Amino acid sequence: MTTVAPGPSTAQAAPERLVLDAPRTRRRSPSRSGTNFEMYSWIFMRMSGLLLVVLVLGHLLIMNVLDGGVHRINFSFVAGRWASPFWRTWDLLQLWLAELHGTNGLRTVINDYAERDGTRFWLKMLLYTSAVLVLMLGTLVIFTFDPSI
Amino acid sequence: MASPPGTVGTARTSRTPGGTLYRGREGMWSWVAHRVTGVLIFFFLFAHVLDTALVRVSPDDYNRIIDTYKTPVVNLMEVGLTGAVLYHALNGLRVMAIDFWEKGPRYQKQMTYAVVTVVGLVMIPGTYFMLERTVKQMFGTAS
Repeated sequence: MTTVAPGPSTAQAAPERLVLDAPRTRRRSPSRSGTNFEMYSWIFMRMSGLLLVVLVLGHLLIMNVLDGGVHRINFSFVAGRWASPFWRTWDLLQLWLAELHGTNGLRTVINDYAERDGTRFWLKMLLYTSAVLVLMLGTLVIFTFDPSI
Repeated sequence: MASPPGTVGTARTSRTPGGTLYRGREGMWSWVAHRVTGVLIFFFLFAHVLDTALVRVSPDDYNRIIDTYKTPVVNLMEVGLTGAVLYHALNGLRVMAIDFWEKGPRYQKQMTYAVVTVVGLVMIPGTYFMLERTVKQMFGTAS
């Protein structure tokens, strides 16, 4: 996963030279918790990615390219779209999948590049905090949107 | 895809003193571009949810922030963002093809060039439609 081998020695001191385990070497003890989070995360990235290809490219095509693109977007345009449950569902699904996909991607990036345990921990706390904030706010806005505000 | 494709099994096959996992060429650079575009899109998503949340504050506040999206500089950045999303989407399909299609790994290089080509081809009309209004306004042929 990281640029150094996932072994018990690497967490403390970075080795002088790169040490890599042989392919398919088991990481530490097999399955401590019984579930395999990283495998589900790997599958989630691919399944959500497949859906996001349709959702996000569709969103960009409609909002940015077709019929004048961004220049026709304003409050009443949003009100018109969100009058339809179809587009609310689209946007809600897109919000959750994109935010979780992105958060999991950034989690991998942080794990790869932040070498100190403390740095890694706090960066991920910041990441998860922002993800919860974005998901809650976005969901609230979609569910409580009021066109006659 | 957490580690760069083309990762070597042992450090001693590397030409760089000290050893490196990064071997260059199509496999590594498409992976680098996937990361860079992914991080970029994630930060934009953060900003985008916040700006859209202004529909819950007032129509005026929402319209004011959306008007900044219509300025020439931000409009140009939207073209960049769209290109980044398109690359990330298509390269993601390539990653899935490598993972799940038995011939995927053999054609990963060709698929990299296919991804770059499709992004380029789609972005030509895409850029035109996204910037048309801005360019006409700047040079005075639109209302």
